[in-house]
Amino acid sequence: MTFASSESFHAPGPATFELPPVFEIGSVGVTKPMLQLFLAAALVFAFFYAASAKRAMVPGKLQYAGEAAYGFVRNGLARDLIGSRDFMRFVPYLFALFFFILLNNFFGSIPMINFPTFSRAGMVYGLAALSWIIYNAVGIRKHGFVGYLKHQSVPHGVSPVLYPLLIPLEFLSNIIVRPVTLALRLFANLFAGHILLVLFSTGGLYLLQNEGVIGAVAGPVAWVLAILVSFLELLVQFLQAYVFVLLNAMYISGALADEH
Amino acid sequence: MNLIFLAEEGAEEHNPLIPEWIEVVLALVVFALLFLALKKFVVPNFEKTFAERTTAIEGGLKAAETKQAEADAKLAELDRQLSEARHEAARIREEAREQGAAIIAEMREQAQAEANRIVDHGKAQIEAERQQAVASLRTEVGTLATSLAGRIVGESLDDEARQRRVVERFLDELESSPNGSGAAR
Repeated sequence: MTFASSESFHAPGPATFELPPVFEIGSVGVTKPMLQLFLAAALVFAFFYAASAKRAMVPGKLQYAGEAAYGFVRNGLARDLIGSRDFMRFVPYLFALFFFILLNNFFGSIPMINFPTFSRAGMVYGLAALSWIIYNAVGIRKHGFVGYLKHQSVPHGVSPVLYPLLIPLEFLSNIIVRPVTLALRLFANLFAGHILLVLFSTGGLYLLQNEGVIGAVAGPVAWVLAILVSFLELLVQFLQAYVFVLLNAMYISGALADEH
Repeated sequence: MNLIFLAEEGAEEHNPLIPEWIEVVLALVVFALLFLALKKFVVPNFEKTFAERTTAIEGGLKAAETKQAEADAKLAELDRQLSEARHEAARIREEAREQGAAIIAEMREQAQAEANRIVDHGKAQIEAERQQAVASLRTEVGTLATSLAGRIVGESLDDEARQRRVVERFLDELESSPNGSGAAR
């Protein structure tokens, strides 16, 4: 995508997300977001390993930061939602999930990387499918297969007359739709945010180069907007990671609950 | 699916909702690796640190409580000892006062006894000296009287026996008369 001065403006679209492979292994092209997955995993592990290895009674700055981050997921998400009886089983999963998604999202705003990994739908589908398998497996293990389906589909405190209406709805919303919304929410937010940033940046450049006096004013304005949108994106990136993990914890807690 | 994006330049664009399967697998594999690494190397460390910190804090509180209780007990003990010591001191002072009074009384008694003894002794001595004086006086007076009388009478009264008898009789008379006795002294 180059913007020769004579061409009309080429708005960013889905093609923006089709990056050329950085290198190829056999016939498989390795693209930037694939490398970002590894980078994110490596950085998350390196940070938390360094923070947790010392195990000082009085933590230093690094350890304190690591403990605060770990405690945020452990206490703020896992324990508060799942309850202190069962939550420890799920802490490693939720902990890894949150910081993996968070860093991959921040890659959308980190200079020189500037691409949110989870704006690639495939990446998100994998994690959403994993979430679906986990919360259903947890529920089936606790209630048995039939018991679990009943647990998720038959609402309590409702007249049986309404069952024919409510059971399919509950089943649909609790078993079928959840992974889809989980995946689309994360994917679409990052996708849209990235398009917006690309639009303001490249549009600003185009205006500056091609629209004379008006462009000379409007171009920098577009860039200022791009900066503002970047801050908004930072918030969205954090929120989406948080929401993804929050919903995971809620689904697990719902599957484990003794009754509605 | 490409129909949606036909408006875009290049109808070959990939629908962003259709996943690349390699990405699905890769995301899961990388996440699984991260999950295992964190579960094995990071979470246990954090949990151990939290548990140790909790124990340390609870232990510290307990130790502080024990120390406080010990200090309280020690303080009560010291208070008790102090009041005991005060009682003891008061008792000793009282005893000393009593003893002092007793000693003074005894000393006074002794001094009194000594004084009495000295007085008695003095009296006895005086008595003895008086007796002696009386005895010697009696002899001297007898001698003087007889020699005087002998001169007057002209007759020697040297005869011992007679002389003594005369003197004795004179003195007895002297003693038996009240005026005479006063004059004799």
